[in-house]
Amino acid sequence: MFNNITIGQHYPIESFIHNLDPRLKITITFLFIISLFIIDNFLAYALVILFIGTIIILSKVPFLMVLKGLKPIFIIIIITFLINVFMTSGEVMYQIGPLDITREGLRQAGFMGLRLILLIIGTSMLTLTTSPILLTDGIESLLNPYKKIGLPAHELAMMMTIALRFIPTLMEETEKIMKAQKARGADFESGNIFKRAKSLVPLLVPLFVSAFRRADELAMAMEARCYRGGENRTRMRELGYTRKDIYAGVFTFIYMGLIIASRVIW
Amino acid sequence: MSIKTVNLTFKYSEGTQFETKALDNINMEIKKGEFVGIIGHTGSGKSTLIQHFNGLIKPDEGDIIIEGKNLRDKSTKLKLIRQIVGLVFQYPEHQLFEETVYNDVAYGPINLELKEKEVEERVKYALELVGFDYKEVKDKSPFDLSGGQKRRVAIAGVLAMKPQYLILDEPTAGLDPAGRNEILSQIEKLHKKSKITVILVSHSMEDIARLVNHIYVLNKGKLYMEGTTKEIYSQSEELKKIGLGVPQIVDIMKELKKKGFEVNTDIFNIQDAKNEIIRVFGSNLNV
Repeated sequence: MFNNITIGQHYPIESFIHNLDPRLKITITFLFIISLFIIDNFLAYALVILFIGTIIILSKVPFLMVLKGLKPIFIIIIITFLINVFMTSGEVMYQIGPLDITREGLRQAGFMGLRLILLIIGTSMLTLTTSPILLTDGIESLLNPYKKIGLPAHELAMMMTIALRFIPTLMEETEKIMKAQKARGADFESGNIFKRAKSLVPLLVPLFVSAFRRADELAMAMEARCYRGGENRTRMRELGYTRKDIYAGVFTFIYMGLIIASRVIW
Repeated sequence: MSIKTVNLTFKYSEGTQFETKALDNINMEIKKGEFVGIIGHTGSGKSTLIQHFNGLIKPDEGDIIIEGKNLRDKSTKLKLIRQIVGLVFQYPEHQLFEETVYNDVAYGPINLELKEKEVEERVKYALELVGFDYKEVKDKSPFDLSGGQKRRVAIAGVLAMKPQYLILDEPTAGLDPAGRNEILSQIEKLHKKSKITVILVSHSMEDIARLVNHIYVLNKGKLYMEGTTKEIYSQSEELKKIGLGVPQIVDIMKELKKKGFEVNTDIFNIQDAKNEIIRVFGSNLNV
């Protein structure tokens, strides 16, 4: 049941995109998200699709893998689409009972739907091509300037690294406990919502117990190796920009220029 | 009546580049009343196999027939199967969740929708079966017990469902020698007393040798060997090929034979070996 979560799942291969500096990739992802909210017509989507398409091709990640990331939010996309279709007023095209489908509604729904889909694809490209460790390194480095105003950048990054690291472990654990309780006749799938919520207790209690146990063990192990974050800590991999990053930066710069132009000119 | 598998095959991550055959064409039949061992390395498919036995995993190919019921049939109630086949996972103490030992052991029987009186009887029965004093332990928090005790409570949680088959996956993993002996002798008693069919999964030859009378050896998802304990241990070369080996005591007896002593090599536990050595060496042995 947990095989379909792509967000945070790294696809470990070598490619142009994989080798980019994580700081740059995070920045590009942000710009990409902003660009999705700048555009105001369908034609500009061609640009966006072209941009993200190029990234997908360069990353060598199988397209199916990218689409998998959409699965968890599929329902949200459908709901957004339907609400937009039925709730926008304008020129009526069809009528289904009391509900009107308008031309504007369809346009709006398509627009929003595409925006959501591209948003997820864009962000999952970041996590697919960047290992969680590099990602948090990048975030830490980007947050570094804010240390001056008291933001614990290193600690935040460390917490994130640990949280990411334990997602698969906890999922495995959940599956195991679920099976163990099923073997004792537990039923997680049927009954009304209250019955189902109650049936989760035998799953959540052992899960919490084991999460705390793991946290304790990890803290102890870090302590035993004299872990001390922050000031003067060196790292194994130093981040550095290369020629590739310059190409990617220029490419993104042109893309953002075109996006803004599309808004201003059309 | 039995647990039977026919051409059972199971693949992980089917259809992706990570596809691996966890089980490959397994045919076996475990009859009622037996005490069998399933042995194999980490990743040999033992745990996957036993999860098929109570319907937690569905096979990709082949069938599993439990007490004459095919798990593929829509009419087969999985809850009933899970009552017939009790499965104790590795580190079962990790599944404890209730405030008291009583409530935790009662979880299974309550899921079976039994009457309160029957639930109480079963909790008592199960806790006593694993060697607890019912009155003393029932109101304790399971989290206050020692590792070995927690494990016994967890095993009681499965026994309270009164299964006809009991599967134990590495029941001694992570226990000290005392805890290990405690668990193993409880299991042995259980088999003798309640005539329950026990399937013991382990990678420790010593544990298996002490208890079971029939062994299945798994290697890379295939059934590598099958036979009585005697048959399996007489082929120590085959076992060593897949890195499993035989109990030390078997090796010792074989070495003695090689050195020219007329000992019986069909011996798998220390007690028998001691008697045999005393028989052969007799009074020459000054112990």
